Amino acid sequence: MKIGLLHSLIRKEEKLLLEAFHAAGVEPVMIDDRKLIMDFDRAPAIDVLVERSINHSRALHALRLFESAGVPCINSHQVAQICGDKLLTTAALKDHGIAQPACRVAFTEESALDAIEELGYPVVLKPAVGSWGRLLSKINDRDAAETVLEHKTVLGSYHHSIFYIQQYVEKKGRDIRSFVVGDDCIAAIYRTSDHWITNTARGAVASKCEVSNEVAEISLAAAAAVGGGIVAVDLFESDDGLLVNEVNYTMEFRNSIDTTGIDIPAVVVDYVIKRARAC
Amino acid sequence: MGECPICAAEIELADDAIAGEIIVCDDCGAELELVSKDPVELAEAPSAEEDWGQ
Repeated sequence: MKIGLLHSLIRKEEKLLLEAFHAAGVEPVMIDDRKLIMDFDRAPAIDVLVERSINHSRALHALRLFESAGVPCINSHQVAQICGDKLLTTAALKDHGIAQPACRVAFTEESALDAIEELGYPVVLKPAVGSWGRLLSKINDRDAAETVLEHKTVLGSYHHSIFYIQQYVEKKGRDIRSFVVGDDCIAAIYRTSDHWITNTARGAVASKCEVSNEVAEISLAAAAAVGGGIVAVDLFESDDGLLVNEVNYTMEFRNSIDTTGIDIPAVVVDYVIKRARAC
Repeated sequence: MGECPICAAEIELADDAIAGEIIVCDDCGAELELVSKDPVELAEAPSAEEDWGQ
């Protein structure tokens, strides 16, 4: 059994996964996406690929090429495509009837302003493709809306003129990140911050969140909606219950192992090995 | 043992260090990438790009 591990920089997560693979007696084939050259017919000789690239764009395209060459991938290209684009995530969640914040998409400055006014202030403008809480804008009034929309239109690349507008959810200083591996929601953390952005990459503090039935149910449903596999689901606690904010397909978990007491890399590796054996 | 390409401090590598790993220089705080372990080659780690991380 040969398991490929697609990576670029080796972060703490990849190091922990490697240790877990070694503990399971598996030596993964390391595939650096910066050195990878592929055509559409051939791939490195592996039975299954685990995607851990730091760049979404490389992961997305590499997964398509590996699948074209007949290599099953974890996660699949479909999952990467849906999770990597907030618009596609929202559409998939909607298709599966999963609760999420109200959202509008517009393609011009003028229609985006109308959409914001329709949703009501405050709203959050997000790049459709982005991570670590970067370039998020909480817009509290029309003056701010006009300013941000103009700046994005004039200064941004065309990606930033796909206006993804989300209703602002008052989350009382925290959100939940849950971890789904296959059919199990294995762990969850609260991410708490004085700032309205609660990414740990932006300084939010992780603490243990019990995996309630409600957390497990919506997390598993969200994972299934995007195609399943290994994902991290970001949840808001609202007055109307849990809402799915985002789903992440190359999850980061370094702050969540000691916090939850769950050996996340060991669970991931166990899942990958079972999937590889089934191929 | 390697040398920080920024401040020239000596950097001791862990036994389980692997190529591609990010290492922080204790002296200057720079984030470095271990490009190669044998021979040891360290380079300044690339800056975060727009589509990095989750």
